[in-house]
Amino acid sequence: MSSSKHKPSLKFGVMLFPGSNCDYDCHYAVREVLGEEAEFIWHADGSPLRYDCIILPGGFSYGDYLRPGAIGKFAPAMERLREYAAGGGLVLGICNGFQILLEAGLLPGAILRNQGLKFICQDVYLRVEKSDSPFTSLFRPGQIVRIPINHYEGNYLADEETLNKVTSKGQIIFRYCDSQGRVSEEANPNGSLANIAGLTNEQGNILGMMPHPERCCEKELGGEDGLLVFRSITNSLKGGREAVAG
Amino acid sequence: MIQAKVYVTLKKAVLDPQGKAVHNSLLSLGFEQVKEVRVGKFIELSLAVSDEKEATALLNEMSRKLLANIVIEDFSFELQQT
Repeated sequence: MSSSKHKPSLKFGVMLFPGSNCDYDCHYAVREVLGEEAEFIWHADGSPLRYDCIILPGGFSYGDYLRPGAIGKFAPAMERLREYAAGGGLVLGICNGFQILLEAGLLPGAILRNQGLKFICQDVYLRVEKSDSPFTSLFRPGQIVRIPINHYEGNYLADEETLNKVTSKGQIIFRYCDSQGRVSEEANPNGSLANIAGLTNEQGNILGMMPHPERCCEKELGGEDGLLVFRSITNSLKGGREAVAG
Repeated sequence: MIQAKVYVTLKKAVLDPQGKAVHNSLLSLGFEQVKEVRVGKFIELSLAVSDEKEATALLNEMSRKLLANIVIEDFSFELQQT
């Protein structure tokens, strides 16, 4: 499916590490479904980043050696990402991209192996905890969405002080829940602290999430809930002109 | 040259499902004496320095930057002149 309803006005960057494997899915979601421009950023390229939003895609950067994201965080492009993010630029880290952002210290906390010691690849329900972030501006508060996860290491952990801080500052964006929106231990696929599936930095311009929104942007692929994340980003960048979906 | 052995372990407060699985496996093999198992990492490094103070400073820095994630892990090391 190709969306050519409008002329692209925004430019997304998709950062490529050796071992990234969801890069083309993100590129496709932005270009073909969203209808905006997308470019790859090679990890070893240290040029300044001039984009409207940068995506760190999923995969196994550097083979997950040592810890997921541990080596990727030192890439020259990551140094540039720090400057870009410090200037308020939007960053979306998905799965391994989330792990890299945690390792880089751009998001608080850390990721451990799933509590059940199983690789999980399935659709999960998420409750939208905050709908006034740049990444969720088109969601309804408390909306329940279905987005797939695909990871062995997605068990989010932070110390008590950090948890209190991210909770009180409204940094938790998505929590794992059941189809009715109940946030419970049964609905927690990987043991994540407080069912956290996605959270932002304190400034709110960097979102990391384990679920893969790029994998559910079209009906043909089983759902369009993920597209709302990308559409929220463009909506925020364009000044929030699009009406919130009923 | 200094040979360094770096041990990276999960912090005490962090649950270790891998250690628990190994523990259960040991119990099922009949090793009922085992009370707890924690799985960590062991890293060997050769350093082209001879001063132990310098080696200690280097190892602290590299452990904090890369070898361990200090949010969830502790590290320690031993040095040996070779």
